[in-house]
Amino acid sequence: MIVVPCPNCGPRNSGDLRNCGELVPRPDPSTASLVEWREYLYMRKNPADWVTETWYCRGGCRRYFTIERNTATNEIRGQEAS
Amino acid sequence: MGKRPPKYSAGALVKHGLTRGDWPRMWRRPEMRDSYDVVVIGGGLHGLATAYYLAENHGITNVAVVDKGYIGGGGSGRNTAIVRSNYLTPEGVAFYDRSLDLYNTMATDLNLNIMFSRRGHLTLAHTDSALRTMHWRAEVNKLQGIDSSVIDPQEVKKQAPSLDVSSNTRYPIMGALYHPPGGIVRHDAVVWGYARGADHHGVHILQETEVLDINVEGGTGPGGKGAGGRVTGVKTSRGDINSPVVVNCTAGWASLISNMAGVPLPITTHPLQAAVTEPCKVFLPTVVVSGSLHVYVSQTDRGELVFGASVDPVGTYRVNGTLEFTEELAGHVLELMPGISKMRLLRQWSGLCDMTPDYSPVMGFTPVEGYLVDVGWGTYGFKAGPVAGETLAETIATGRTADLIAPFGIERFTEGDLVGEKGAAAVGH
Repeated sequence: MIVVPCPNCGPRNSGDLRNCGELVPRPDPSTASLVEWREYLYMRKNPADWVTETWYCRGGCRRYFTIERNTATNEIRGQEAS
Repeated sequence: MGKRPPKYSAGALVKHGLTRGDWPRMWRRPEMRDSYDVVVIGGGLHGLATAYYLAENHGITNVAVVDKGYIGGGGSGRNTAIVRSNYLTPEGVAFYDRSLDLYNTMATDLNLNIMFSRRGHLTLAHTDSALRTMHWRAEVNKLQGIDSSVIDPQEVKKQAPSLDVSSNTRYPIMGALYHPPGGIVRHDAVVWGYARGADHHGVHILQETEVLDINVEGGTGPGGKGAGGRVTGVKTSRGDINSPVVVNCTAGWASLISNMAGVPLPITTHPLQAAVTEPCKVFLPTVVVSGSLHVYVSQTDRGELVFGASVDPVGTYRVNGTLEFTEELAGHVLELMPGISKMRLLRQWSGLCDMTPDYSPVMGFTPVEGYLVDVGWGTYGFKAGPVAGETLAETIATGRTADLIAPFGIERFTEGDLVGEKGAAAVGH
């Protein structure tokens, strides 16, 4: 079980939230080339290490926020609403 | 080339039984050379099959298969051993059907009993939309000559009498896609068979050899890696190996290895959990899959029920089991088969899956010359192992992407030409 600290609802089981995956900077849609856009859509670093990722509190406050999680150990640190 | 050891046969069994002589080792523990023609990273089913077909079909025997652990210790030994070819896209159907053909003759080809049981495969539909997808799949399958049809609940009951096909359940069974050629295979035997076959041809299987880096020169990325570069070899925990061709067959760890070559992948790594019950008398004659209930189940020759599910929703490299999984699994299985409520789970385990956005693999050449991938196998890598090895070996030997894997190139993600298999592969099995 992974306990995710929602900034609003406090610690929750990860099953109450949705993991939206690692944070990827979104290029400007009006200037990005197709290749850049598709890299933003599909390409992921997928490290076995600390990763900044987005979560959605679907079972609670319905806010999106980012945290850092170590994908090798599932430890969590830091959080901010986004 | 190694000396061919004696074949497995009834005669050999009697001889060894009478003389109590040792059986020859299935594969050796060779000394690592400084250079190879091809280095395959990952000693699972895909890596070993690639090495075997390179030697068997193309005469390329100066090949090393390196694995940081032991062979078949990743997804090849953790899957639920189901094979089938009733996919959704014509590309997928053609590909997986070739794999089924190879499985069909494998016991003879590799001289090892892989215990292939073609027992039939049922994919249950619990909603109108699922039934519609089943019809879609059945028609795509029939067009390509695959035995696949939609059957009604009464026929489902005949195929698998333990299923509850009544209409007063939470998810009533409205029909099923029936695929008679599907079945189960003893997955360890497939790995051992390919390892033994490759070893006979002189392929070096290097276990407990971890790849630390891939050497690339002339690329546009940091350290001369990345697009435009050329592979020169790999750095391992046992020393450097020079090789003009490096193949990544590392499933859940594919991104980590690919980043060493400077080639990003459209992959996220998720664990997939499975479980097995205590053995009991045989009562389930077919493989049963339910996409809506996220479960697939088959009964092994020992009588154990093997359950699998969909991947865990949170991507991680950690492979510990969770109570949530067993709870949900038990609920869903009992929804399908209320009669087994007293049965106990023996154990659960999990393996890493390399998931792609379109539920199809990523295979073939990459922007780095000499670096090939056979990754993105998600939850369907076992059934594809033989054909993946065969086509990849052809691609390496001829320098031209094999026709069957042409749709699965990495460039499809930048060209926007995805091969959407979610409808047949998400909880597919």
